[in-house]
Amino acid sequence: MENKGWKEYPIAATIFEPGSSTNQNTGSWRNEVPERHPEACNKCGLCWTFCPEAALFLNEEGYYEVDLDHCKGCGICAHECPRGAITMVKEGE
Amino acid sequence: MGKRRGLEVSLAISEAVKLSRPDVIAAYPITPQTHIVEELAQMVADGELDSEFIMVESEHSAMSACCGASATGARAFTATASQGLALMHEVLFIASGLRLPIVMAVANRALSAPLSIWGDQSDIMAERDAGWIQVFAETGQDAFDLTIQSFRWAEDPRVLLPAIVNIDGFTLTHVIEPLEVESQEDIDSFLPPYDPPIRLDPEKPVSIGPVGFPEIYTEIKKQQNEALLGAYPVIVEVWEEFEKAFGRKYSPVEEFMTEDARIIICLAGAISGTARIAVEQMRSEGKKVGLLRIRLWRPFPFEDVRKALCKAEAVSVIDRALSFGGPGGPIFSEIRSALFPLDEKPSVLGFIAGLGGRDVTIENFREIVEETEQVLDGGEEFEYKMIGVRGD
Repeated sequence: MENKGWKEYPIAATIFEPGSSTNQNTGSWRNEVPERHPEACNKCGLCWTFCPEAALFLNEEGYYEVDLDHCKGCGICAHECPRGAITMVKEGE
Repeated sequence: MGKRRGLEVSLAISEAVKLSRPDVIAAYPITPQTHIVEELAQMVADGELDSEFIMVESEHSAMSACCGASATGARAFTATASQGLALMHEVLFIASGLRLPIVMAVANRALSAPLSIWGDQSDIMAERDAGWIQVFAETGQDAFDLTIQSFRWAEDPRVLLPAIVNIDGFTLTHVIEPLEVESQEDIDSFLPPYDPPIRLDPEKPVSIGPVGFPEIYTEIKKQQNEALLGAYPVIVEVWEEFEKAFGRKYSPVEEFMTEDARIIICLAGAISGTARIAVEQMRSEGKKVGLLRIRLWRPFPFEDVRKALCKAEAVSVIDRALSFGGPGGPIFSEIRSALFPLDEKPSVLGFIAGLGGRDVTIENFREIVEETEQVLDGGEEFEYKMIGVRGD
């Protein structure tokens, strides 16, 4: 959110535009990043189901990709994947 | 035109609430507040009052329900006391932080332990900094009028903050007094329906109460504090309008025989009735004593207090609450802060009295004035004393 003077904010920080949480790039908190291995993936969608941040999305080929602006790197997708198609690697490595 | 009626003060508050046409009442019974909401429940059940009465399982839920109702734009009322108020604690800050103009009557009562159902002001003093507008009533008429007025200042678009009316448990809630009960027509023209600038509406969705990251939290709290400070002129304006409509005059502080007074007793709440008699008695004996009653507690009327007290030699502040390990009583510490910047200022002495329903008698007031005189005449100084406590 833009830093404004106290008079500029709506009363009690009320938000008038829906979906404003997508403006928070929670991906900046991450220290591990999911690495996908499409050759092992059978497109079951468990990673998408379990992701608490809705940070996985379906691409045109039917695979799940990671929205890195919002993925916090919690590793739940990697933990739930029954085929080892996602592994966690250190951010920046 | 108003109608003069003999009413128990709790029931007078119920009448005032009914005349204010609340959309939602959410409440839980607790002594000495129960009569207020019991009567309101009866009014709703009898079809005399068109409000949604929500019977909740706790005061925490009562205040939460009021927050939800108020956020949709409903006029919401509740009442509580003591442990019930303490249980509401966290939600009180949400109500003020979300700028929801809920009105609440608090029948001031001691806090446990030891268990006490009797009156003092410890309950509300623990909620002093919850960000609500707060007034203290002295009489039944005060309580009736302040309840209706509270909706006006709480809902004013320049304010938008919740408001509390404090009434001393038993010594005010349970006494029967003659008072003017105004007509529905007159109250309707004094108190228009609530017109919220923002409300929860499925047609026009908004998010109320989002996360306040460190980058914005301070700014939102500054907004809230400015709103509470800015409530002062609005409250005075409401009182002026009320006086024009109903002929009864209200002010942030009430002075009694303070002109030329050497010692001014300062307090809040219903014990001022007894204090007046004590002051009159002492005056008739030639003692220059006066009384200052704090009606508006938040926002605190610093200027009015300074103006009323600056010429006295000493101020004897009486608190029906104790700030444990602190400066004595909460009113005492406020008065002392108010007077501190003055170059020439009265001595300020604190007295704790009337805890847990103990009577504050004319004799107690005389004792307080005598103790103050002794200090003025060169006796041993003290910050605060507990009055009427047994033992050395």
